[in-house]
Amino acid sequence: MADKTLRILVAKPGLDGHDRGARILARAFRDAGFEVVYTGCHQTPEQIVNAAMQEDVDCVGLSCLSGAHKALFPKVVDLLKKQGADDIVVVGGGIIPKQDMPFLRERGVQEIFTPGTPLDDIISWVKKNVSPRDDL
Amino acid sequence: MYFAKEVLDKCSNLRVQWEDEVRRLINKKGERKEAFTTVSNHEIKRLYTPEDIADLDFERDIGYPGQFPFTRGNQATGYRGRLWTYRMFSGMGTARDTNERWHMLLREGQTGLSTAFDFPTLMGYDTDSPKALGECGKCGVAIDTLEDFQILVDRIPLGEVTTSMTINPPATIMWAMYCACAQQQGVPLDQIGGTIQNDMLKEFIAQKTFMLPPEPSIKLISDTVEFGAKHVPRWNTISISGYHIREAGSTAVQELSFTLRDGMAYVEDVMERKGLHPDEFAPRLSFFFNSHIDFFEELCKMRAARRIWAKVMRERYGAKNERSWWMRFHTQTAGCSLTAQQPYNNVVRTALEALSAVMGGTQSLHTNSLDEVWCLPTDHAVQIALRTQQIIAEETGVANTLDPLAGSYFVEKLTNEMEEQAWEYIEKIDSMGGMLAAIDQGYPQMEIADAAYTFQQQLESGERVMVGVNKYVTEEAEECPILDIDEEVEQDQLRRLNEIKRTRDSKAVKRTLDDLRTACKKGDNVMPYCIEAVKAMVTEQEICDVYREVYGEYQDPGLF
Amino acid sequence: MNKGMVLARESENAEQVHNRTQQIVDRVQAGDVRTVSRLIRHIEDKNPKATEVIKALFPLTGQAHVIGLTGAPGAGKSTLSDALITNYRKQGKSVGVLAVDPTSPFTGGAILGDRVRMQKHAEDKDVFIRSLATRGALGGLSDAVDEAIHVLDAMGKDIILVETVGTGQSEVDIMNNAHSILLVLTPGMGDEVQTIKAGVMEIADLFVINKADQPGAGKLLNELTRALDMADSFSSGWRPPIVTVENLAQAESFLTKVDQVRVTIDEHYELLQNSDVLRQRERRKAEVQLNHALDSALVDSVVGYLRTNGQWQQILQVLADKTNDPYTLAEKIVSLVYTLDWEQRLESLNIADA
Repeated sequence: MADKTLRILVAKPGLDGHDRGARILARAFRDAGFEVVYTGCHQTPEQIVNAAMQEDVDCVGLSCLSGAHKALFPKVVDLLKKQGADDIVVVGGGIIPKQDMPFLRERGVQEIFTPGTPLDDIISWVKKNVSPRDDL
Repeated sequence: MYFAKEVLDKCSNLRVQWEDEVRRLINKKGERKEAFTTVSNHEIKRLYTPEDIADLDFERDIGYPGQFPFTRGNQATGYRGRLWTYRMFSGMGTARDTNERWHMLLREGQTGLSTAFDFPTLMGYDTDSPKALGECGKCGVAIDTLEDFQILVDRIPLGEVTTSMTINPPATIMWAMYCACAQQQGVPLDQIGGTIQNDMLKEFIAQKTFMLPPEPSIKLISDTVEFGAKHVPRWNTISISGYHIREAGSTAVQELSFTLRDGMAYVEDVMERKGLHPDEFAPRLSFFFNSHIDFFEELCKMRAARRIWAKVMRERYGAKNERSWWMRFHTQTAGCSLTAQQPYNNVVRTALEALSAVMGGTQSLHTNSLDEVWCLPTDHAVQIALRTQQIIAEETGVANTLDPLAGSYFVEKLTNEMEEQAWEYIEKIDSMGGMLAAIDQGYPQMEIADAAYTFQQQLESGERVMVGVNKYVTEEAEECPILDIDEEVEQDQLRRLNEIKRTRDSKAVKRTLDDLRTACKKGDNVMPYCIEAVKAMVTEQEICDVYREVYGEYQDPGLF
Repeated sequence: MNKGMVLARESENAEQVHNRTQQIVDRVQAGDVRTVSRLIRHIEDKNPKATEVIKALFPLTGQAHVIGLTGAPGAGKSTLSDALITNYRKQGKSVGVLAVDPTSPFTGGAILGDRVRMQKHAEDKDVFIRSLATRGALGGLSDAVDEAIHVLDAMGKDIILVETVGTGQSEVDIMNNAHSILLVLTPGMGDEVQTIKAGVMEIADLFVINKADQPGAGKLLNELTRALDMADSFSSGWRPPIVTVENLAQAESFLTKVDQVRVTIDEHYELLQNSDVLRQRERRKAEVQLNHALDSALVDSVVGYLRTNGQWQQILQVLADKTNDPYTLAEKIVSLVYTLDWEQRLESLNIADA
C-alpha cells in the first residue's frame, strides 16, 4: 500500500475574487505532492463544506482578502462540525489583521498565514499538523 | 539615423576599451548577480549607449509632446500647464462615512474623487443578500439604493469636481445613480465629468468580479459608451485597466499588451454594434495602469503605451481626430509590492512608484497607504499617501520640464523593447481571433498565472528580494495602527435598506424593472431605463437580477 | 478526533468483520456522504481493508446509467457536465460525478480543478461530485474509477458522469467503464483531422461539437460527418449522432442544445437496454475488472511483499548489473509462489460457489 496522499481543499469564501494567492498555493501544494481540490472563488461556506465532505479532504485552506473573514471562516468550521467532520483541519490566509487572529483561532481556525509567509513554511506546517483520515 | 556616423564610430571604439575593463573586473571580482532583471524578468544590460538606439527616428519615435505618436505626452504644455490629478481611491463603511473621508481628502488638497465600493456592491448584491454576509462596508462603501448615493455625494458639487468609480458589472447602475444625483443638483448631464471603470475583459482575465457572460457584458459596456457619446460628453465611459492584470501577477509587457488589446476589443465592438466612428467616442476612452516597483520599467511602459495606442487608433481604426489618438491614463501604485512586514517601508515604495508614474506622464494618480496590506487606510496613512504626491509635485522639480528622461539611451531602448514585445502579444491574440476568443481559450489567464508562479518561485528562492520579507527581516513584528470597520455598519445599512423597501412606490419599482427587462431583451440601450429605475428606489441587486435573468451568469472556468 | 469504525482488526472474527462491512454498505446505500467519500479514498489508496466492502457492494450495482465524457483539455467538458447535471436534476434524476485529472509524474501531486465549473451544485443533496487524480494510471483514468462507479451506483445515483483527462489514446479506457460515451470536440483546437483518429472515433456514442459558434465549427462538422459516413457499419446499429453546441450565444439556446445532448444520451441508453449490446458491454467490463482484480490479488501482493521485505531493491540491482534477466527471475518467483499442482487446483474451482 502506497504512502497516503494528502488531500487539501483550497477555497475562497465570500465575494472577493482576488485569487492570485490561492492559485499559487494550489500549484505549490501540487508540487509538494498533494492532491488539491480547488473550488474557485465566490463560494458560500455551505458550498465549501459540502465540497470538503464529498472530496474527503484532510485540510481546508481558506483565502479571503475582503475583510469578511470573521464572519465566514468560523461559519466553515461550524458547518464542518455540524456534519461530523471536525477532524478536518481548517487554516486561513489573506488580509487578516493581527487583532482578528485570536478570535479566529478560538473559533477553530488552526493557523493563519499572513501575506509574505514563505510557501515552504505553509506546506511544512500542513505536512506536520495534518494527517490523512484513516477510518470509515 | 538618430546619431551621426562619427558618433557611432567613436562609441564603438570606446566600447571596446570599456568591455576589456569590464572583463577584467568580472574575472577579478565578479558582479553582484548572475543576471540583472526587472521585477518582470526583463533582462537589463550593464550599460546603454548611442549604439542601442541608433535606429531611432526622432520624429517617428520620440517627437514632441502633443505630436503623434505622443511618446513624450499628449499635450504641449504637459505638467507645466496642469499637474496630474491627485485622485485617491477611497470608500469605507456607509455612504456617510465615505462622504466624510471624501471631504477630508478634498480639504487636504485632493483634486479629483475616486470611489471604492464594497464587495456586495461590486458583485451586484444588496446588503441583505445572504451572499453579502460579513462583507458590508469592509473594503469600500456600501451602495444599495439611490438614497445611499445621495448621501455619498452630499455637498459635493458634481458640476465642478470629477469622480471616478471603480465598478464593473454594475457600472450602468452606479453611473445611473450618479447621473440622477447630478440632475437632482440641477447639473445637466453634459456638464458632469468622471470615469466609470466598466472594463469587463480584465475581470475575466484577472480580477474576477464577474457577473454576466462576456458577450452581454460587452454589450452593456457599448451601451454606456454610446450613451456617453450622445448625452454625457465629458465622461470617460471605460477605464481600460492593466492595474489588476499586473496585481494578478503578470509581467509589465503582459499588462501593457493585454490592456491595449482589451481597448481594441472595445473599440471594435462599439464600431460594429453601435455603428459609431472612432472619433465619436474614442476621445473618452481612458486607461488605468499599475506603477510597480521597478522604476524604469514602469515609466517606459507608459511611454510605449502612448505610442502604441496612437498608432492603433490612427492606423488600424482610422481615427482622424487627434484626441482619439491620445492615451489618457490614471495610475495606481502597486498594491502587490507592499509588504505586511515592516509596513512603514511601504511609504518609501509608494513614493518611488509614484515618482515613476509621474516620469511616465500619468494624467491622474492614486498612491497607496502604508497599511493597506492589512486594512483600509487610516486617516493618517492616507494623508501621508496624498502628501507623497504633493511633495513630488511641489518640491522635487520633476514636473518643471516635460518628459525629462527622453533621449536617455536606456529609457528609449527599453521603451522600444517593451513596445516590440507588446506588439508580439497583440498579434498573437489577433491570430487567436481576438480578445474574447483568447479569454475563452484561457490564454491571458494562463500567461498571468505562469508569470505569478515564476515570481513566487523567485521570491522563495531568494533570487528576487523583498526587503523585510526575505532579506533584512526583523525578528520583532512591527505594528501599525489598523482601521476597523464596525459590525454596526452592516446592521445600520440593513435597517435603512429595509426602510426604503418598505416605503418606496412598489408600482414604480415593478414598472421600471419591467421596462428595463424589455429593453434588455430587445437589445436597446439600457442607460435611460437604469436611470428611471434608480430614481424609483430600485436597488442595485434588483437591477442586476434582471440582467442575470436575461443574460445568464458567468462561470469561472477554473484554469490552471 | 477519530470518528467511526475501523474496517477490520486483526483480532476480529469473520462475523464481526461481516457486521462492520454491512454497516458501511448500509450507510453507502443510505447516501451518507462521508462514508462514500472515505470509501473512495480507501479505494484510491489501494487499502486492502476496503476489499470486503467492495465485494459486498458489487451485487448491489447495475442500476445507474454511466456516462463517460472525454475530449482534449479545453474542450469544455466540465461546462457541459455542469449543464447536464442541471438538466438531469430537472428530470428528477440524482447524479454522481467522477472528475479525473492528471497526477504530476514529477511531484505525485495534482490540481483537481474540474469542480470549479460544477460548484453551483455543491449545495444540492442529490448531486455528489468527487475529484480523482490519475495517480500514475497509464490509461488516463484512475484505477479507482471502476470501483468508485460501483460505490456511487450502490449509493443510488441514477446517473454517473465520468469525466476524463482526454489526452487522446487514453480515452479507450473509458470504454470499459461507461454505457454511453460522449466525445467533446471544439473547433480551432489544433488539427480537426488529428482529433478524428482511429480508436478515439470508434468509442464515441455521441459527438458534441462544443463552442460551435467559433470559426472552424463547420469544417469540423463536415469532417466528422464524412468520417462517420465512411465507417462500414456500427456494431450496435447505432450511428453516433453529432450535436453542435453554441456557447457564446444567449443562455436559452445553449440550454436547448444541452437538452438535445441529454435526450440523445437517454435514447442511446434505451437502445442498449433493448438490445444485446448492453450485455456485451457488461461482459467486456467484467473482463477488465476481473483482470484488474487478478492483477491486484496475484501480482500486486507479490510485488508488495518483495518491496516491503527489501528483496525488490536487491532484484533491481541484479538486473541493472545484468547478472540475471527479468524473465528468469519472474519464472523463479512464480515457481515459489504457485503450488506445484496449481492447475489442477484451479480446475476444481466451483465458480458458482466461490
